[in-house]
Amino acid sequence: MKAILKRELKAYFTSPTGYIYLGFTLLLSGWFFASANLFAQSADMASFFSSVGIIFLFLVPMLTMRLIAEDKRNKTDQILLTSPIKVSGIVFGKYFAAVSLYGISLAIMLVYPAILFLHGKPQLGTIIALFLGFFLLGCALLSIGLFISALTESQITSAIISFAVMLFLWLSDWIVSTIGNPIVAKVLGWFSLLKRFEEFTLGVLNLSSIVYFITFSAIFIFLTIQAIEKKRWS
Amino acid sequence: MIEIKSITKKYGAKKAVDDISFTVQKGEIIGLLGPNGAGKTTTMNILTGYISSSKGTVLVDGFDILKNPEEVKKRIGYLPENPPLYMDMTVIDYLSFVYELKNVKLPKKEHLEEVMAMFKIGDVSHRLIKNLSKGYKQRVGLAQALVGNPEILIFDEPTVGLDPKQINEIRSMIKKLGKERTIILSSHILPEVSAICERVIIISKGKIVASDTIDNITNSLTNSNTITVRIEGIKDDVMKLLNTIPDIYSISSKQCPEDGANDYTITSNEGIDIRKPLFFALSEKKFPILLLTNKSLSLEEVFLELTSTQKNIIKEETEDESDIKA
Repeated sequence: MKAILKRELKAYFTSPTGYIYLGFTLLLSGWFFASANLFAQSADMASFFSSVGIIFLFLVPMLTMRLIAEDKRNKTDQILLTSPIKVSGIVFGKYFAAVSLYGISLAIMLVYPAILFLHGKPQLGTIIALFLGFFLLGCALLSIGLFISALTESQITSAIISFAVMLFLWLSDWIVSTIGNPIVAKVLGWFSLLKRFEEFTLGVLNLSSIVYFITFSAIFIFLTIQAIEKKRWS
Repeated sequence: MIEIKSITKKYGAKKAVDDISFTVQKGEIIGLLGPNGAGKTTTMNILTGYISSSKGTVLVDGFDILKNPEEVKKRIGYLPENPPLYMDMTVIDYLSFVYELKNVKLPKKEHLEEVMAMFKIGDVSHRLIKNLSKGYKQRVGLAQALVGNPEILIFDEPTVGLDPKQINEIRSMIKKLGKERTIILSSHILPEVSAICERVIIISKGKIVASDTIDNITNSLTNSNTITVRIEGIKDDVMKLLNTIPDIYSISSKQCPEDGANDYTITSNEGIDIRKPLFFALSEKKFPILLLTNKSLSLEEVFLELTSTQKNIIKEETEDESDIKA
């Protein structure tokens, strides 16, 4: 697992992907920070994160589209699957590589609250909750992207489908509100990542929400492993 | 060492591999021979655990590939048809990734240097794999299979797409490796297999049609009574003369590139060496023999022989036998 994590993380930076991802993330988040916090003279980062969340709908597929699809296309999955390592090790390695890069971008974003602390008195607890919540939200989105990457050989298809699914999840609250059938609405409500994230924006560290995000990611990682195993058996 | 028991792989209704069984002893070099689509790659993919068989078992050193995949995979180095290379890595980065991936315990620096020296890729170790020539990529692929010093090596068409010089190099490398290791390699080129392997398993349409030493297979199939002779002289006269020689079963002729000469394919009766009477008869009438060869079987003919039910029908040879051979 460690070997794959290392390779994948390196691969982000031997291709333009890592640089484009970090560049866009920092450019846009910086701009949102300036407009939502600096110019508005507000120490509340909740509105900042809800804007940043939308750009991550585009950025997360960029991190995950390559992960498994490229191996399948280039047949490099042959070296992975014929090495003495479990499929779960391969999948976790790839997933944690994406999570690491995502974590690095969030770590750089810690500059923004640091600026706030220099000039004001924001609530530390709320900011910790926001960052933790946003990290968990990202992990959940990455797991979806990982799973979709395992279903196709084409990076572009993988990116487009991931984006569509994530957009659907993002809008699911709104979609739920338009559905009359209470059962369908309830089921769709389970997938509402945003509703869970909103709890963090209020500064509440709710254990059930943390467990929700971790379970959500675990399920998609499990499905990814199954998708790869199934291909070997069919 | 390797025991394959009636493996079958179905893709939908089609059987890519149909009930194949064979065993490989320690230190053997085995050739899997067959035309494209015969099931060679599928067999190798099952053997290495890349895909699973629909039925049957693979045992390596007594370990089942399905129950103890890690134990089996640890013992095997695999070079698939397309070397599984990460194009965006340098050679040394790639090999050290493979080293870590396979969880090798040997001293890292020395081991990787040894592997690179074995395939003479030390001088490109810091170049990106995507910038290497096809021959070098193939060598990196071979080096990758050697990382961790596995006892068993499986090479899927290791010389495809290389130039003749590289083919010779790779063949001699494989021969050298075969001194200490068990090797299974696949090919659709008969001379290649006969140059490297001790034993050959011929696969056609997912089934084993023959499994023996290469000499035994060709000997049993080669019609040693058939020779091809290039004779200078007017065709009708030569034919007339040949027809007077006893024990000749059939004669056919075709044009040859040399002026004033023709190629004759002559089959004698069973157990008769026709060469001497042929020589004396021709020399007496001053028809020079320019060339005399035993008819060798191309892979296509071997298949035809092995798969056809009427083995003893003498085939009249025409032109297109050369394209499969090389």
